[in-house]
Amino acid sequence: MSVMIIILIMSIAIAGGFLVAFLWSVKDGQYDDDFSPAQRAIFDDKTKIKTKTNSNI
Amino acid sequence: MDSNAIKLDAQCYHCGDICLGHPIHFDEKDFCCEGCKTVYSILNKSDLCEYYDLNAAPGASQRKRYRKDKFEFLELAEVQQKLIQYKDADQTHLIFYLPQMHCSSCLWLLENIHHVNSSILSSRVNFGKKEIFISFDNSKATLRSVVETLADIGYEPHISLDQLDAKQTLGTNRTRWYKIGVAGFCLSNISMMSFSEYLIGGGTLEPELALAFKVLSIALAIPTLFYSGSEFFVSAWGGLKHRYLNIDAPVALALAMTFIRSLYEIFSGTGSGYLDSMAGIIFFMLIGRWLQDRTYQAVSFDRDFKSFFPIAVNVIKDGKSIPVTVDKLRPDDVFQIHHQEIIPVDAILSKGNALIDYSFVSGESAPVNVSKGEIVYAGGKQTDGKLELIVVKEVSQSYLTNLWNKEIDQSKPALEHNLIDTISTYFTYVVFAIGILAGGYWYWQGETTLMWNAMTTILIVACPCALLLSSNFTNGNILRIFSINKFYLRSPEVIEKMAKISHIVFDKTGTLTQHRKSKITYQGQILNREEQEHLANILSQANHPATRAICDYLEISEAHEVKNYKLTEGQGVEAWIDEYYYKLGSPAFVGKTFVNLSGSQVCISKDGEFKGVFQVSNVYRFGIFDLIQKLNHKFKLSVISGDNDSEAAVLNNFFSNKESILFHQKPQDKMDYIQHLQSNVTDKVMMIGDGLNDAGALLQSDIGIAVTDSDNTFTPASDGIIDANKLAILDKFLLFAKDGYRIIGVSFLISIIYNVIGIYFAVQGILSPFIAAILMPSSSISIVLITYGMSEWMAKYRGLKLTNTQKEPTV
Repeated sequence: MSVMIIILIMSIAIAGGFLVAFLWSVKDGQYDDDFSPAQRAIFDDKTKIKTKTNSNI
Repeated sequence: MDSNAIKLDAQCYHCGDICLGHPIHFDEKDFCCEGCKTVYSILNKSDLCEYYDLNAAPGASQRKRYRKDKFEFLELAEVQQKLIQYKDADQTHLIFYLPQMHCSSCLWLLENIHHVNSSILSSRVNFGKKEIFISFDNSKATLRSVVETLADIGYEPHISLDQLDAKQTLGTNRTRWYKIGVAGFCLSNISMMSFSEYLIGGGTLEPELALAFKVLSIALAIPTLFYSGSEFFVSAWGGLKHRYLNIDAPVALALAMTFIRSLYEIFSGTGSGYLDSMAGIIFFMLIGRWLQDRTYQAVSFDRDFKSFFPIAVNVIKDGKSIPVTVDKLRPDDVFQIHHQEIIPVDAILSKGNALIDYSFVSGESAPVNVSKGEIVYAGGKQTDGKLELIVVKEVSQSYLTNLWNKEIDQSKPALEHNLIDTISTYFTYVVFAIGILAGGYWYWQGETTLMWNAMTTILIVACPCALLLSSNFTNGNILRIFSINKFYLRSPEVIEKMAKISHIVFDKTGTLTQHRKSKITYQGQILNREEQEHLANILSQANHPATRAICDYLEISEAHEVKNYKLTEGQGVEAWIDEYYYKLGSPAFVGKTFVNLSGSQVCISKDGEFKGVFQVSNVYRFGIFDLIQKLNHKFKLSVISGDNDSEAAVLNNFFSNKESILFHQKPQDKMDYIQHLQSNVTDKVMMIGDGLNDAGALLQSDIGIAVTDSDNTFTPASDGIIDANKLAILDKFLLFAKDGYRIIGVSFLISIIYNVIGIYFAVQGILSPFIAAILMPSSSISIVLITYGMSEWMAKYRGLKLTNTQKEPTV
């Protein structure tokens, strides 16, 4: 029976880990803006690379 | 270039506006104005032309560029202190509101702004709030130079007096997310434990395990109720203090009841309680609230006139001009106002040609000439060069401020009780009655245990949450669909009011017609370039709206000396220019008669020979007359305009009730008219307007909707904001609001069926945890699914866009 209780506590602990991860992501501002992150992902970093090399010169 | 046939098809590469007159050709691209060209050349130089590849013509029109010293006030320490978020020895952090931000190109450019100005260390956009966070190097840049960089590339930050009054509120409110997270976590874990009990049927669980389940359930239920569910109690208590049973009162009662009853069952060993249902109610209610309250951070519904004012003006002291913030202006200060700026205080004109456009305040489109020594009122916009003025009254005491404050005082009474509030209140009373009756019955039967059982379970199972959920979810989804279609409502209550509207009042200028745009047609002999120049030069002297429109249309590139200029009031003007004698004005003035023409006309004769006639008329918004015809059948319609009645003929064709088209209406008249309509109690009035001159009427009406031409113009306080291009589908919005009403009705019925089943068991005191476990979540979830599905389907049926990515219907 004690096995069940250990499993129970473990499952809650794992779920708790996800809760903490969620709260952390909220605190980090991941839920503040639902437009830009998706857009940022599809931008080319062409210009970024270019200027990086420029600044190296 | 010798033609009067002016190209209309050239579109500006930067802003997409149609290039009136002669497009500026640069780098094989067309631009509508120098401003747009400048932005393009800056971006081109910084190798940022990908801006134009991501979206076609992503810029905002740059026709009005900022003047050189506009941002001088940003060097004032007191202004800096209010704007700067953080500053240390090396860098400064800023947050600006950029109303022009509207697409992925904006996002891309703004986050690459360090390529334009290398002293900017980093920039990050919050698109939802249209804000940009910028950090820059103190040693290389100043606040002013950063703002000027933004303005150079066409994103002039909006810096308002209000913002200076109170330091910007930073960061979004994330509390609701935390609450939802905690409630979801607790709900899933409590459910996991109680589910095993339901499957077993109760009683046969091993005692150790059962104890562990109970302890853990209670441990999880406590944060759910006291943290996630706290807002229901706070709001219910707030209502009770004002002797009013609000929408949260029954929820709070049900939650408290469920919790106490569960604790009792668990500690007395009589059962395992309803903690899972309690957590479920809180979780779903919070989700519903979140859907409903997702505020449009970028849209402000509360803007007052101060947002339209300049922040600082140049005050002239001892021959030097120094920037001073407007609230620091004192009587007798001498200050300057530049072309196209709004005068922030009542003042006396001391220098310059004052041609003040009061359309902002009074709705009249003809600018007023003010002579030296006369008073100009706050809110007027100077339209003819630089002025010097002497302050008469401080900002807080000016005529406009008084007018505004008066209007605010008369604003709408507190929210009427809406349908859901009313129903849930009745519902609560009915549930109480049933509980007491059932309890009384069992008490009379001598079954006290059953009595408590029945009374509490009735309250638990018959919680009005399903009712509330249905309205939360339906309204939330409707608001979302509206906002995708660029119609933003201030709160869900507005949807319900929209469904009841019976009378719609339109403003004319800027609402039915396009803002500051006139249609100019020319008939007669072709004018050569020289003649066009001559006309433009003469007309620029007159200050009639029609002549100004023609003047803009012709564009002067060369100044010619105008001699013997003579104005005959109400008739026309005559003048000599380069040895030619011109007469411009009404048909009679040049000795002609015309029939069959509407709008304002300016006839032209050169050296006594008739050349032709310009016709100036308003440009109505696309699809507006179709809309009027559709609305004519279902609503009473009115038009109230601050303008003259030159367009009466056109409007009369489309509006069925001629008496309700009113002209020459001052802001106060507009407000009085709405009040007059409302005196008929059955009429609910919707006002649609755009300028500050409609502000009073917007507040007075049951629903005030402000029309905005682009995302970056400011609108007066209102209940909703509609994109001007979407005004043509107003009928769809109104129908969809009514659908929402019906959807809520249907889901009410469904939840009542669930409630009846639950109460049937509850009054007998035999509601087993098993039935409760099925009934409660399934009612919540099915309500959520039904309302969501129905509102999506109805929106599709009404022809509204459902997702942002869906292609715009071609206009």
